[in-house]
Amino acid sequence: MAEENTLLKLNDVSTSFKIDDAYYDAISHVNLTVKKDKILAIVGESGCGKSTLATTIMGLHDLNTTKIAGQITFENENLLDLNEEKMNDIRGAKIGMIFQDPLSALNPLKRISDQIREVLDYHTTMSVTEKNDRVLELLNQVGIVNPQRTARQFPHELSGGMRQRVIIAIAIACKPDIIIADEPTTALDVTIQAQILDVLRSIQTENHAGIILITHDLGVVAETADEVAVMYAGEIIEHGTTLQVFDNPQHPYTRSLLRSMPQGDSDVANDDLYVIEGSVPSLEKMPQTGDRFAARIPWIPAEYHEERPTMHVVEPGHTVRCTCYQHFYFKTLEDMNI
Amino acid sequence: MWKTILRRVLIMIPEVILLSILVFLLAKSMPGDPFTGSINPRSSATQIEHLKQINGLYDPWYQQYWNWVVHLFHGDLGQSYQYHEPVTNLIGDRAINTLWLSAFTMVLTYALALPLGLYAGKHEGKLPDTVIRIYTYVTYCIPFFVILVIGLWVFGYVLNWFPTTGSVSPTASGIGMIGSRFLHVLLPGLLGALFGTVNIVQYMRSEVIDAKHSDYVRTARSKGVPRKDIYKHHIFRNSLLPIAAFGGYSITGLLNGSIFTETIFSYPGMGMLFIDSISYRDYTVITALVLLFGILNLLGTLLSDIILSIVDPRIRIN
Amino acid sequence: MSLIEIKDLKVHYPIRSGFLNRITDQVKAVDGINFNIEAGETYGLVGESGSGKSTTGKAVVGLENVTSGTIKYKGVDITETNARHNVKYNQNVQMIFQDSLSSLNSRKRVLDIIAEPLRNFQHLSIEDEKIRVLQLLETVGLNPDSLYKYPHQFSGGQRQRIGIARAVATNPELIIADEPVSALDLSVQAQVLNFMKKIQRDFGISYLFISHDLGVVRHMCQNIAIMNKGRLVEVGTREDIYENPLHIYTKRLLAAIPEVDVVKRQERQQQRKEIERVYQEESSQYYDDEGLPYPLVQVTPTHFVALPKAQLIDQLK
Repeated sequence: MAEENTLLKLNDVSTSFKIDDAYYDAISHVNLTVKKDKILAIVGESGCGKSTLATTIMGLHDLNTTKIAGQITFENENLLDLNEEKMNDIRGAKIGMIFQDPLSALNPLKRISDQIREVLDYHTTMSVTEKNDRVLELLNQVGIVNPQRTARQFPHELSGGMRQRVIIAIAIACKPDIIIADEPTTALDVTIQAQILDVLRSIQTENHAGIILITHDLGVVAETADEVAVMYAGEIIEHGTTLQVFDNPQHPYTRSLLRSMPQGDSDVANDDLYVIEGSVPSLEKMPQTGDRFAARIPWIPAEYHEERPTMHVVEPGHTVRCTCYQHFYFKTLEDMNI
Repeated sequence: MWKTILRRVLIMIPEVILLSILVFLLAKSMPGDPFTGSINPRSSATQIEHLKQINGLYDPWYQQYWNWVVHLFHGDLGQSYQYHEPVTNLIGDRAINTLWLSAFTMVLTYALALPLGLYAGKHEGKLPDTVIRIYTYVTYCIPFFVILVIGLWVFGYVLNWFPTTGSVSPTASGIGMIGSRFLHVLLPGLLGALFGTVNIVQYMRSEVIDAKHSDYVRTARSKGVPRKDIYKHHIFRNSLLPIAAFGGYSITGLLNGSIFTETIFSYPGMGMLFIDSISYRDYTVITALVLLFGILNLLGTLLSDIILSIVDPRIRIN
Repeated sequence: MSLIEIKDLKVHYPIRSGFLNRITDQVKAVDGINFNIEAGETYGLVGESGSGKSTTGKAVVGLENVTSGTIKYKGVDITETNARHNVKYNQNVQMIFQDSLSSLNSRKRVLDIIAEPLRNFQHLSIEDEKIRVLQLLETVGLNPDSLYKYPHQFSGGQRQRIGIARAVATNPELIIADEPVSALDLSVQAQVLNFMKKIQRDFGISYLFISHDLGVVRHMCQNIAIMNKGRLVEVGTREDIYENPLHIYTKRLLAAIPEVDVVKRQERQQQRKEIERVYQEESSQYYDDEGLPYPLVQVTPTHFVALPKAQLIDQLK
């Protein structure tokens, strides 16, 4: 059924949150495949559901207030069927996670060595000395110059870049098959970002892991990912190889986003950036039927949108949601207002 | 670290001096003097006048203050006008009683409050949490002395489970004396703890809830750490942090509480002594006690800072 | 005469330690910088976290005590006592912050937030004040019914526009914008940047645009200064900085920006690695014995770089 390289498969996954006694979809009917040795980027703006996707795979939601539907297949099991105990065997060992804010993601009262060793405590049978050696080895692997010193320190004594390296060390400690990186470089300076992305790439080649890279930064995606899924309002609206999506974007949202990036050759005094009309609807106000992006491109006639948008194949490996992409054009500058 | 503590202690010196002047003037400005109530109804006005004279009550305030300070440094807090006993002796006996009661109350408070707070926070919004919160709200609404009076009446007089006055049974000796002492602090200690837990339970509960939703707990979960271990290794310890800092200050609260507890239970400690000496205008005792309470307050604050700097690596008091 | 002339500006913080808490060292957050802002232009100040760029911004607006140096506004040194009041500096120079949620008082209504500078500097009647605030809301593209709402009821982009409305309320001549769009999504960022340009065109406002995002700075600024370790390492026009960077720090920053060019990504990674290698291995040629940038030297009428002569000749080859 699955391809040889498939590690994780999401099949029609929806996650909805309870707000005032009703459930609202944060992600709807997501289909994705994570492959060995590949970096899959999930890109979108805040509120599009990309982080919910990560926490859904990790099983970090409180099921009293969250409903999850669909299948997440990993090693021939549906992760959604596993109990807490079995999920704990997978979390940290087979799927590692890297978080956005490296300061708050570390326990402020514990030494770095203890925080890395904690993963090893639960997933390996190493002796104490072996674990200590492994901690130093990991810190070295993520590019920390003086592992002995860093291991003894507390999170607040490290710079943002160093902390993010520690978070990565925790995520890769048990050589997981899959690493989920949720905005791993957002809180960092560009030069540190470049270093952290280098670390991620080198880990991928060393460990042959499949990486899910969640980010809002199109530049990071273009330079790092093998495959891209663009999300808008909880749905994947375009999916393909990085080259396909960036060189031949099809969905109106993808095209609009790329166009709203600052360009180098603009005229400082007069050139305005492209602005997408309106704003992302909140979870409760999200349209549940039809094309969720339709409201933001009102000049495209309604008949071009599908009633129940599905993914259409543009070329092998490149899919896009809703037929409207075939008719989309940018509104001319003259009749645009801010 | 030691340097910093020493510096903090040195900073306390002018604070203590200022405190002592204030306390002294305050006591002096209270209406009446130890002779207004008259020691002997038959003493004549001239006799009292003479007594005032030889006791220095007509000296200027700074001279009286200075005399007081000089004596203070000789370990002489003066003579109680009411009990005709050196204040040091008077306080010495009672301080031990108060220490007993306070220590017992404090241990009991934390032993009750921490598990309750943790449990409520862990089961946020569920039945046990609601029950614990109702308990804290109700207790919070009732004035402390009402709790004491009701407790004393129900358990002391009606049920007759506990002694209602004193710190030890006069007939007890040897091992029995320790038991008797314990029996005497049990009821006031329990009631004090019942009241004292309220703040700590609520504090602990909200700390646990915060920690539960924190990013580092999410990290721990994504490491595959089982929930009960997350509570043990991450949430409990991190939630204790502000409570530990609170510990020093709670000494102050206990001393204030002892005034009520001891008076209602006729427990011979510093709190009861304080109330007694106010009603007798026994101002040598009042000044000594207020000064002592003040210094203990300052020490409590210092203690809190030190505890915090030990448990929280982010704070190094430099 | 420039609108703002900054000369040898230093902001040092004392570090106290020891038993008596004496000043034992200093953090040189800003360590002798010079630049001018012309009327009506957007001046870019670029650097990484800890470079001193935000401190510079705060010093210019007056939120930071200046250790030494001068900040001249229309020729008047506003670091001197009373000078600020005489030239109505606090009214003419305003600030926009990065985090619009924490920089707006959450307990105040939008009306009160925007009216605050008006109440401080212009004594309008209640009706006039409301009319002015409604005008400002219209300028920033918010509904009139926003007037009685609270900051948390708005999205990030809308809040940032409230911050801008407050900043422009007193018709300032200069706005210090400290990372105004770094917390915003791409599509919202575009709205805010366009809007900043629009009010610049309409009212002739100047900006000191402080940012770490070289893409945004290139879009916004004609003149740019690159800041590193409290000093300026390179100053020039947009073309000087982006087409012909001379200092290794500038090159490194530029190389680190990820670009949306999938085909060239291998090439760019190589280039980045090479620049990083030079930065690590040859840093002694670009920084003095203390590891600090050299004084600026002039290369062209507009372009300045912090390099010793020998190195400069090498670079220009």
